[in-house]
Amino acid sequence: MDEPLLRVAHLSKSYGPRVGCADVSFDLWPGEVLAVVGESGSGKTTMLNAVSTRLEPTAGTVSYRMRDGAWRDVFAMSEAERRFLMRTDWGFVHQNPADGLRMSVSAGANVGERLMAVGDRHYGNIRASAIDWLGRVEIAEDRIDDQPRAFSGGMRQRLQIARNLVTRPRLIFMDEPTGGLDVSVQARLLDLLRGLVSDMGLAAIVVTHDLAVARLLSHRMMVMKDGRVIEHGLTDRVLDDPRAPYTQLLVSSILQV
Amino acid sequence: MNAPTGSIASYNFAYLDEQTKRMIRRAILKAIAIPGYQVPFASREMPMPYGWGTGGVQVTAAIIGPHDVLKVIDQGADDTTNAVSIRAFFQKVANVAVTTRTDEATIIQTRHRIPEQPLKAGQTLVYQVPIPEPLRFLEPRETETRKMHALEEYGLMHVKLYEDIATHGRIATTYAYPVKVEGRYVMDPSPTPKFDNPKMHMSPALQLFGAGREKRIYALPPFTRVESLDFDDHPFTVQTFDKPCALCGAEGVYLDEVILDDRGGHMFVCSDTDHCESRQGDGHRGQQEGTFR
Repeated sequence: MDEPLLRVAHLSKSYGPRVGCADVSFDLWPGEVLAVVGESGSGKTTMLNAVSTRLEPTAGTVSYRMRDGAWRDVFAMSEAERRFLMRTDWGFVHQNPADGLRMSVSAGANVGERLMAVGDRHYGNIRASAIDWLGRVEIAEDRIDDQPRAFSGGMRQRLQIARNLVTRPRLIFMDEPTGGLDVSVQARLLDLLRGLVSDMGLAAIVVTHDLAVARLLSHRMMVMKDGRVIEHGLTDRVLDDPRAPYTQLLVSSILQV
Repeated sequence: MNAPTGSIASYNFAYLDEQTKRMIRRAILKAIAIPGYQVPFASREMPMPYGWGTGGVQVTAAIIGPHDVLKVIDQGADDTTNAVSIRAFFQKVANVAVTTRTDEATIIQTRHRIPEQPLKAGQTLVYQVPIPEPLRFLEPRETETRKMHALEEYGLMHVKLYEDIATHGRIATTYAYPVKVEGRYVMDPSPTPKFDNPKMHMSPALQLFGAGREKRIYALPPFTRVESLDFDDHPFTVQTFDKPCALCGAEGVYLDEVILDDRGGHMFVCSDTDHCESRQGDGHRGQQEGTFR
């Protein structure tokens, strides 16, 4: 644990004159969960997409320490290598599960797809892994042959998580993983995520506008506004002792029940 | 080259103009050079609707010469509408000899069967292909499927087979069964029954695939490795039939069910009519011979 897993340096993405995100730099360490918070339009998702190579950044670098310990600039990789990395060592959990799942194939096949993509050709083994992972995300085994469109929002989100984790990635990107779920479902999902992250030693970047989610899940926090990082620190420190005026506003805007 | 004077002088030989044939031949050459890869080509309007073999007809028109002998089959039969009209078309516009005998033909245009009699070197099999993209029903975006072919990302193809086993307990795909060509490209063999897949493997004949509506040509040069996709614990198998052909008694061939009356009477006969007729000519008889007519 003496080296970070991911290094982001001076990352910018602009759309012509409009700024998506600008000059974002941070290191992410193995097993660490980083929350990115900010209001909508602050560049959180753009930043996440640029780091996860789903968008080509305008400037800056993203380096990743591969399993063999070698540092690679992810944008200097060939597309084949990058896509291989994305479906083995990385995961991406979309806000809307329909974006991350194949809605017209069964839950089991959704979980097994990554295994088949890396060359697993034994039906029995693939199915056993799928059953194992459905169990871990609390989906009943008898739902394995149902399509995700027959699932509730919370189940779809859990299925999406299982689908991403089946290859035991080391880094996972999450874009509003609890968005659109009601609070009790949200609480169970957060509980599940916390368990999986600590059991598997996953590093994660979680984009959320929900400060409570950030506090529960993350170790460190970045606050973004107008595409820039305006505050960065340990989650409890940022939330209990916000320094930037905007962060103070954000923290004080939480509705109290 | 022009068609014989007096008959249909307004048409070029084999209907298509020479520039078009050249364009199609270039696509064919590229397809042969990269077995299993779908080469785009500028498909022309043909005097028949899409879905009736416009791709196959254009490929045939581009490769046929005055000394070729053409056979056309539709679901194995030489005498069905589509086969008869395409054969008549080339008789008219290219004035070539036609046949129903597999071993006499130099070019065989086929809709969804490979003849039972093994093909030999020098023969060309031209397939009519409705949807050339094996990944299409899993991934609707052409940009994405092209990328998947380029990067050899074929996990999705196995997702389809996984779904079959999960739903039916076995791989239930029985036609258009995906194959891997020379260990590289995954290819749709057109909607031939999977029974015919092993015949494509290491065939001495040249196999060309034309999809007119989708504007793609692909090819298997002679002696190309063609492997049907499967799982280690669910290996690929071909269909088997309980009884031999009712007319000629052939076993180990692909059979069609023929309804005889409205009281449930039916029999199974060779789908390859030429194969069946030559066997009957050689004196082979099936059990229901005679009840058919």
